[in-house]
Amino acid sequence: MAEIRIDAAVDITDVVCPVTFVKAKVALEELDDRQILSIRLKDGEPVQNVPRSMKEEGHQVLRLTDNGDGTFTLLVRKAE
Amino acid sequence: MAVDYKALKDGGFMRQKQKNHFSLRLKVVGGNLSAEQFAVIAEISKKYGKGYVHLTSRQGVEIPFIRLEDVEKVKAELASGGVDTGVCGPRVRTVTACQGSAVCPSGCIDTTALARAVSERYFGRTLPHKFKFGITGCANNCLKAEENDLGIKGGYLVEWIPAACTLCGVCAKACREGALEQTDTEIHLDREKCTNCGRCVKACPFDAWRGEPGYLVSFGGTFGNLIAKGRQVLPVIREEQTLFRVADAALDYFDRHAKPGERFRVALERCGWEDFMKEMEAAYRGGDSD
Repeated sequence: MAEIRIDAAVDITDVVCPVTFVKAKVALEELDDRQILSIRLKDGEPVQNVPRSMKEEGHQVLRLTDNGDGTFTLLVRKAE
Repeated sequence: MAVDYKALKDGGFMRQKQKNHFSLRLKVVGGNLSAEQFAVIAEISKKYGKGYVHLTSRQGVEIPFIRLEDVEKVKAELASGGVDTGVCGPRVRTVTACQGSAVCPSGCIDTTALARAVSERYFGRTLPHKFKFGITGCANNCLKAEENDLGIKGGYLVEWIPAACTLCGVCAKACREGALEQTDTEIHLDREKCTNCGRCVKACPFDAWRGEPGYLVSFGGTFGNLIAKGRQVLPVIREEQTLFRVADAALDYFDRHAKPGERFRVALERCGWEDFMKEMEAAYRGGDSD
Protein backbone atom coordinates (compact mmCIF):
# COMPACT_ATOMS: atom_id res chain seq x y z
CA MET A 1 0.00 0.00 0.00
CA ALA A 2 1.37 3.42 -0.95
CA GLU A 3 2.70 5.61 1.84
CA ILE A 4 0.23 8.28 2.97
CA ARG A 5 1.61 11.59 4.23
CA ILE A 6 -0.16 12.52 7.45
CA ASP A 7 -0.65 16.23 8.19
CA ALA A 8 -2.07 16.01 11.71
CA ALA A 9 -3.15 13.47 14.31
CA VAL A 10 -5.88 13.33 16.93
CA ASP A 11 -6.56 10.79 19.65
CA ILE A 12 -10.26 10.26 20.41
CA THR A 13 -9.84 7.20 22.62
CA ASP A 14 -10.36 9.35 25.72
CA VAL A 15 -13.93 10.41 24.83
CA VAL A 16 -17.22 8.65 24.08
CA CYS A 17 -19.87 9.06 21.34
CA PRO A 18 -20.91 11.58 20.24
CA VAL A 19 -17.92 13.57 21.46
CA THR A 20 -15.65 11.22 19.48
CA PHE A 21 -17.03 12.58 16.23
CA VAL A 22 -17.04 16.17 17.50
CA LYS A 23 -13.39 15.97 18.55
CA ALA A 24 -12.42 14.50 15.18
CA LYS A 25 -14.40 17.22 13.38
CA VAL A 26 -12.69 19.97 15.37
CA ALA A 27 -9.29 18.49 14.43
CA LEU A 28 -10.34 18.46 10.76
CA GLU A 29 -11.40 22.10 10.99
CA GLU A 30 -7.78 23.00 11.74
CA LEU A 31 -6.60 21.46 8.48
CA ASP A 32 -6.57 22.80 4.94
CA ASP A 33 -8.66 21.11 2.27
CA ARG A 34 -7.28 17.76 1.11
CA GLN A 35 -4.90 17.49 4.05
CA ILE A 36 -4.87 14.20 5.87
CA LEU A 37 -5.81 13.58 9.49
CA SER A 38 -4.88 10.48 11.43
CA ILE A 39 -7.50 9.59 14.04
CA ARG A 40 -6.82 7.08 16.81
CA LEU A 41 -10.10 5.57 17.99
CA LYS A 42 -11.35 2.73 20.14
CA ASP A 43 -13.00 -0.52 19.08
CA GLY A 44 -16.77 -0.80 19.45
CA GLU A 45 -19.03 2.17 18.85
CA PRO A 46 -16.34 4.66 17.71
CA VAL A 47 -14.98 2.39 14.97
CA GLN A 48 -18.53 1.44 13.92
CA ASN A 49 -19.70 5.02 13.62
CA VAL A 50 -16.88 7.53 13.11
CA PRO A 51 -15.77 6.30 9.65
CA ARG A 52 -19.39 6.34 8.41
CA SER A 53 -19.97 9.83 9.86
CA MET A 54 -16.79 11.08 8.14
CA LYS A 55 -18.09 9.74 4.82
CA GLU A 56 -21.50 11.34 5.39
CA GLU A 57 -19.76 14.69 5.98
CA GLY A 58 -18.11 14.31 2.58
CA HIS A 59 -14.57 13.53 3.75
CA GLN A 60 -12.60 10.75 2.12
CA VAL A 61 -11.71 7.80 4.30
CA LEU A 62 -8.39 6.40 3.13
CA ARG A 63 -7.55 3.57 5.46
CA LEU A 64 -8.50 1.89 8.73
CA THR A 65 -5.74 0.03 10.53
CA ASP A 66 -6.09 -2.29 13.50
CA ASN A 67 -3.36 -1.35 15.97
CA GLY A 68 -3.77 -4.64 17.79
CA ASP A 69 -4.21 -2.96 21.17
CA GLY A 70 -7.96 -2.38 21.07
CA THR A 71 -7.50 0.81 19.07
CA PHE A 72 -7.66 1.63 15.37
CA THR A 73 -6.10 4.33 13.23
CA LEU A 74 -8.32 5.99 10.65
CA LEU A 75 -6.84 8.17 7.92
CA VAL A 76 -9.17 10.80 6.51
CA ARG A 77 -8.62 13.32 3.72
CA LYS A 78 -10.47 16.57 4.42
CA ALA A 79 -13.20 17.43 1.91
CA GLU A 80 -12.62 20.34 -0.50
CA MET B 1 -85.55 4.23 16.79
CA ALA B 2 -82.75 2.19 18.31
CA VAL B 3 -79.27 3.56 17.74
CA ASP B 4 -77.16 1.28 15.56
CA TYR B 5 -73.97 1.48 17.60
CA LYS B 6 -72.27 -1.17 15.51
CA ALA B 7 -72.76 0.79 12.29
CA LEU B 8 -71.47 3.90 14.03
CA LYS B 9 -68.41 2.04 15.33
CA ASP B 10 -67.71 0.54 11.89
CA GLY B 11 -67.69 4.09 10.57
CA GLY B 12 -65.24 5.33 13.19
CA PHE B 13 -67.64 6.66 15.85
CA MET B 14 -66.36 5.04 19.04
CA ARG B 15 -68.90 4.91 21.82
CA GLN B 16 -67.79 6.74 24.96
CA LYS B 17 -68.58 6.07 28.61
CA GLN B 18 -70.63 9.25 28.50
CA LYS B 19 -74.12 8.49 27.15
CA ASN B 20 -74.67 9.43 23.49
CA HIS B 21 -71.13 10.72 23.03
CA PHE B 22 -68.62 9.36 20.56
CA SER B 23 -64.91 9.68 19.99
CA LEU B 24 -64.69 10.07 16.22
CA ARG B 25 -61.80 8.29 14.56
CA LEU B 26 -60.45 9.96 11.44
CA LYS B 27 -58.71 8.46 8.48
CA VAL B 28 -54.96 9.06 8.49
CA VAL B 29 -52.60 7.42 6.01
CA GLY B 30 -48.94 6.94 6.88
CA GLY B 31 -49.17 9.42 9.74
CA ASN B 32 -49.56 12.46 7.48
CA LEU B 33 -52.28 15.13 7.55
CA SER B 34 -52.20 18.42 5.66
CA ALA B 35 -52.36 21.81 7.37
CA GLU B 36 -55.78 22.32 5.75
CA GLN B 37 -57.04 19.04 7.22
CA PHE B 38 -55.69 20.04 10.64
CA ALA B 39 -57.56 23.35 10.42
CA VAL B 40 -60.82 21.53 9.61
CA ILE B 41 -60.24 19.06 12.46
CA ALA B 42 -59.52 21.93 14.88
CA GLU B 43 -62.70 23.68 13.80
CA ILE B 44 -64.87 20.56 14.19
CA SER B 45 -63.38 19.74 17.59
CA LYS B 46 -64.23 23.25 18.82
CA LYS B 47 -67.67 23.31 17.25
CA TYR B 48 -68.87 19.79 18.09
CA GLY B 49 -66.34 18.34 20.56
CA LYS B 50 -64.48 19.80 23.51
CA GLY B 51 -61.79 21.60 21.55
CA TYR B 52 -59.14 18.92 21.68
CA VAL B 53 -58.14 15.78 19.80
CA HIS B 54 -56.62 12.50 20.93
CA LEU B 55 -53.62 11.06 19.09
CA THR B 56 -54.01 7.28 19.03
CA SER B 57 -51.21 4.76 19.42
CA ARG B 58 -51.33 4.06 15.68
CA GLN B 59 -50.95 7.55 14.20
CA GLY B 60 -54.68 8.13 14.23
CA VAL B 61 -56.59 11.23 15.29
CA GLU B 62 -59.83 11.04 17.24
CA ILE B 63 -62.20 13.88 18.10
CA PRO B 64 -63.83 12.98 21.43
CA PHE B 65 -67.23 14.14 22.71
CA ILE B 66 -69.15 14.22 19.44
CA ARG B 67 -72.86 14.04 20.29
CA LEU B 68 -75.14 11.50 18.67
CA GLU B 69 -77.38 14.19 17.18
CA ASP B 70 -74.38 15.83 15.47
CA VAL B 71 -73.00 12.70 13.80
CA GLU B 72 -74.35 13.37 10.30
CA LYS B 73 -73.46 17.08 10.40
CA VAL B 74 -69.93 16.29 11.54
CA LYS B 75 -69.49 13.71 8.80
CA ALA B 76 -70.69 16.15 6.16
CA GLU B 77 -68.53 19.02 7.39
CA LEU B 78 -65.44 16.83 7.61
CA ALA B 79 -66.05 15.46 4.11
CA SER B 80 -66.45 18.92 2.62
CA GLY B 81 -63.17 19.89 4.32
CA GLY B 82 -61.28 16.96 2.83
CA VAL B 83 -61.13 14.83 5.98
CA ASP B 84 -62.33 11.23 5.90
CA THR B 85 -63.63 9.29 8.88
CA GLY B 86 -61.79 6.16 9.97
CA VAL B 87 -62.95 2.63 10.64
CA CYS B 88 -63.15 0.16 13.50
CA GLY B 89 -64.28 -3.44 13.81
CA PRO B 90 -63.18 -6.48 11.81
CA ARG B 91 -61.44 -4.85 8.89
CA VAL B 92 -58.19 -3.35 7.62
CA ARG B 93 -57.27 -0.47 9.92
CA THR B 94 -55.15 2.66 9.61
CA VAL B 95 -52.02 2.03 7.56
CA THR B 96 -49.13 3.42 9.59
CA ALA B 97 -45.73 4.52 8.30
CA CYS B 98 -42.58 6.37 9.28
CA GLN B 99 -41.45 9.23 7.02
CA GLY B 100 -39.24 6.96 4.93
CA SER B 101 -36.87 7.78 2.09
CA ALA B 102 -38.76 10.90 0.99
CA VAL B 103 -37.62 12.69 4.17
CA CYS B 104 -35.42 10.53 6.41
CA PRO B 105 -31.68 10.13 5.69
CA SER B 106 -31.91 6.52 6.89
CA GLY B 107 -34.96 5.70 4.77
CA CYS B 108 -34.52 2.91 2.26
CA ILE B 109 -38.06 2.80 0.78
CA ASP B 110 -40.74 5.43 0.08
CA THR B 111 -43.02 4.52 2.97
CA THR B 112 -45.42 7.42 2.40
CA ALA B 113 -46.20 6.48 -1.19
CA LEU B 114 -46.41 2.81 -0.22
CA ALA B 115 -48.76 3.55 2.69
CA ARG B 116 -51.06 5.41 0.29
CA ALA B 117 -51.02 2.49 -2.15
CA VAL B 118 -51.65 -0.06 0.62
CA SER B 119 -54.44 2.05 2.12
CA GLU B 120 -55.99 2.60 -1.30
CA ARG B 121 -56.03 -1.15 -1.92
CA TYR B 122 -57.05 -2.53 1.48
CA PHE B 123 -58.28 0.13 3.94
CA GLY B 124 -61.65 -0.78 5.41
CA ARG B 125 -61.79 -4.24 3.80
CA THR B 126 -63.88 -6.53 5.98
CA LEU B 127 -62.04 -9.58 7.35
CA PRO B 128 -62.59 -12.07 10.21
CA HIS B 129 -60.96 -9.63 12.66
CA LYS B 130 -59.01 -6.37 12.69
CA PHE B 131 -55.96 -6.30 10.43
CA LYS B 132 -53.10 -3.83 10.78
CA PHE B 133 -50.46 -2.80 8.28
CA GLY B 134 -47.32 -0.96 9.39
CA ILE B 135 -44.57 0.29 7.10
CA THR B 136 -41.10 1.23 8.29
CA GLY B 137 -38.36 2.64 6.09
CA CYS B 138 -35.30 0.79 7.35
CA ALA B 139 -33.82 -1.59 9.90
CA ASN B 140 -33.95 1.11 12.60
CA ASN B 141 -37.63 0.12 12.64
CA CYS B 142 -39.04 3.35 14.07
CA LEU B 143 -42.47 2.16 13.01
CA LYS B 144 -42.17 -1.27 14.68
CA ALA B 145 -43.13 -3.35 11.63
CA GLU B 146 -43.26 -6.69 13.45
CA GLU B 147 -46.04 -5.63 15.81
CA ASN B 148 -48.46 -5.47 12.88
CA ASP B 149 -50.49 -8.24 11.27
CA LEU B 150 -48.53 -7.42 8.14
CA GLY B 151 -45.36 -5.40 8.56
CA ILE B 152 -43.25 -4.01 5.74
CA LYS B 153 -39.67 -2.93 6.36
CA GLY B 154 -37.23 -1.36 3.94
CA GLY B 155 -33.94 -3.19 3.60
CA TYR B 156 -30.94 -3.42 1.29
CA LEU B 157 -29.83 -6.45 -0.67
CA VAL B 158 -26.11 -5.89 -0.51
CA GLU B 159 -23.34 -7.02 -2.80
CA TRP B 160 -19.59 -6.65 -2.45
CA ILE B 161 -17.70 -5.20 -5.42
CA PRO B 162 -14.14 -6.57 -5.16
CA ALA B 163 -12.71 -4.29 -7.88
CA ALA B 164 -13.58 -1.16 -5.87
CA CYS B 165 -12.53 -2.54 -2.48
CA THR B 166 -9.27 -1.52 -0.78
CA LEU B 167 -9.87 -3.84 2.17
CA CYS B 168 -9.81 -0.77 4.43
CA GLY B 169 -11.75 -2.64 7.10
CA VAL B 170 -14.50 -0.08 7.68
CA CYS B 171 -17.46 -2.25 6.60
CA ALA B 172 -16.53 -5.23 8.74
CA LYS B 173 -16.44 -2.88 11.72
CA ALA B 174 -19.63 -1.01 10.75
CA CYS B 175 -21.65 -4.24 10.59
CA ARG B 176 -23.45 -4.76 13.89
CA GLU B 177 -24.44 -8.32 13.11
CA GLY B 178 -20.97 -9.73 12.63
CA ALA B 179 -22.00 -10.77 9.13
CA LEU B 180 -18.80 -9.53 7.49
CA GLU B 181 -15.45 -11.19 7.80
CA GLN B 182 -12.37 -9.76 6.20
CA THR B 183 -9.40 -11.84 5.10
CA ASP B 184 -6.19 -10.68 3.44
CA THR B 185 -7.85 -10.88 0.05
CA GLU B 186 -11.61 -10.57 0.42
CA ILE B 187 -14.69 -9.76 2.48
CA HIS B 188 -16.97 -12.67 3.23
CA LEU B 189 -20.69 -11.92 3.72
CA ASP B 190 -22.72 -14.33 5.85
CA ARG B 191 -26.23 -13.87 4.42
CA GLU B 192 -27.73 -15.80 7.35
CA LYS B 193 -26.54 -13.08 9.71
CA CYS B 194 -27.24 -10.11 7.40
CA THR B 195 -30.31 -8.10 8.44
CA ASN B 196 -30.25 -5.95 5.25
CA CYS B 197 -29.62 -2.78 7.26
CA GLY B 198 -27.18 -1.45 4.65
CA ARG B 199 -24.63 -0.07 7.12
CA CYS B 200 -21.84 -1.61 5.03
CA VAL B 201 -23.08 0.36 1.99
CA LYS B 202 -23.38 3.58 3.97
CA ALA B 203 -20.02 3.19 5.69
CA CYS B 204 -17.91 2.11 2.72
CA PRO B 205 -15.64 4.98 1.65
CA PHE B 206 -14.99 3.47 -1.79
CA ASP B 207 -18.45 2.45 -3.03
CA ALA B 208 -17.36 -1.17 -2.82
CA TRP B 209 -20.78 -2.24 -1.54
CA ARG B 210 -23.87 -1.96 -3.70
CA GLY B 211 -27.24 -1.92 -1.95
CA GLU B 212 -30.51 -2.48 -3.80
CA PRO B 213 -33.64 -1.52 -1.82
CA GLY B 214 -36.31 -4.09 -1.10
CA TYR B 215 -39.16 -5.04 1.23
CA LEU B 216 -38.91 -7.34 4.24
CA VAL B 217 -42.40 -8.57 5.07
CA SER B 218 -43.46 -9.94 8.46
CA PHE B 219 -46.71 -11.74 9.19
CA GLY B 220 -48.81 -12.28 12.30
CA GLY B 221 -47.54 -9.58 14.61
CA THR B 222 -49.84 -8.40 17.40
CA PHE B 223 -49.23 -6.20 20.41
CA GLY B 224 -52.46 -6.18 22.38
CA ASN B 225 -53.80 -8.86 24.72
CA LEU B 226 -51.56 -11.27 22.92
CA ILE B 227 -48.03 -10.08 22.26
CA ALA B 228 -46.27 -11.80 19.38
CA LYS B 229 -43.66 -10.69 16.91
CA GLY B 230 -44.45 -10.95 13.22
CA ARG B 231 -42.38 -13.52 11.33
CA GLN B 232 -40.50 -12.99 8.13
CA VAL B 233 -41.03 -16.12 6.04
CA LEU B 234 -39.98 -14.85 2.62
CA PRO B 235 -36.75 -13.53 1.13
CA VAL B 236 -36.39 -9.78 0.52
CA ILE B 237 -38.99 -8.69 -2.06
CA ARG B 238 -37.64 -6.47 -4.83
CA GLU B 239 -40.76 -5.44 -6.77
CA GLU B 240 -43.82 -3.58 -5.47
CA GLN B 241 -45.93 -5.82 -7.71
CA THR B 242 -44.63 -8.90 -5.89
CA LEU B 243 -45.23 -7.21 -2.55
CA PHE B 244 -48.90 -6.67 -3.39
CA ARG B 245 -49.27 -10.18 -4.74
CA VAL B 246 -47.97 -11.48 -1.39
CA ALA B 247 -50.16 -9.09 0.65
CA ASP B 248 -53.22 -10.08 -1.43
CA ALA B 249 -52.46 -13.74 -0.72
CA ALA B 250 -51.96 -13.12 3.02
CA LEU B 251 -55.30 -11.32 3.38
CA ASP B 252 -56.97 -13.98 1.29
CA TYR B 253 -55.50 -16.69 3.53
CA PHE B 254 -56.72 -14.85 6.63
CA ASP B 255 -60.19 -14.48 5.10
CA ARG B 256 -60.42 -18.20 4.23
CA HIS B 257 -58.91 -19.71 7.39
CA ALA B 258 -59.64 -17.50 10.40
CA LYS B 259 -62.75 -17.93 12.48
CA PRO B 260 -64.83 -14.80 13.05
CA GLY B 261 -63.13 -12.75 15.75
CA GLU B 262 -59.83 -14.59 15.44
CA ARG B 263 -56.66 -12.56 14.93
CA PHE B 264 -54.29 -13.42 12.10
CA ARG B 265 -51.61 -14.70 14.49
CA VAL B 266 -54.02 -16.96 16.33
CA ALA B 267 -55.30 -18.38 13.03
CA LEU B 268 -51.74 -18.97 11.84
CA GLU B 269 -50.84 -20.81 15.05
CA ARG B 270 -54.03 -22.88 14.93
CA CYS B 271 -53.70 -23.82 11.24
CA GLY B 272 -49.93 -24.20 11.40
CA TRP B 273 -47.47 -21.96 9.62
CA GLU B 274 -46.45 -24.50 6.97
CA ASP B 275 -49.51 -24.22 4.73
CA PHE B 276 -49.42 -20.47 5.01
CA MET B 277 -45.75 -20.38 4.13
CA LYS B 278 -46.40 -22.51 1.05
CA GLU B 279 -49.06 -20.07 -0.12
CA MET B 280 -46.80 -17.10 0.54
CA GLU B 281 -43.92 -18.71 -1.34
CA ALA B 282 -46.24 -19.40 -4.26
CA ALA B 283 -47.41 -15.78 -4.26
CA TYR B 284 -43.81 -14.64 -4.03
CA ARG B 285 -42.88 -16.72 -7.05
CA GLY B 286 -45.97 -15.52 -8.89
CA GLY B 287 -47.84 -18.78 -9.25
CA ASP B 288 -50.80 -20.43 -7.53
CA SER B 289 -50.31 -22.64 -4.53
CA ASP B 290 -52.11 -25.51 -6.27
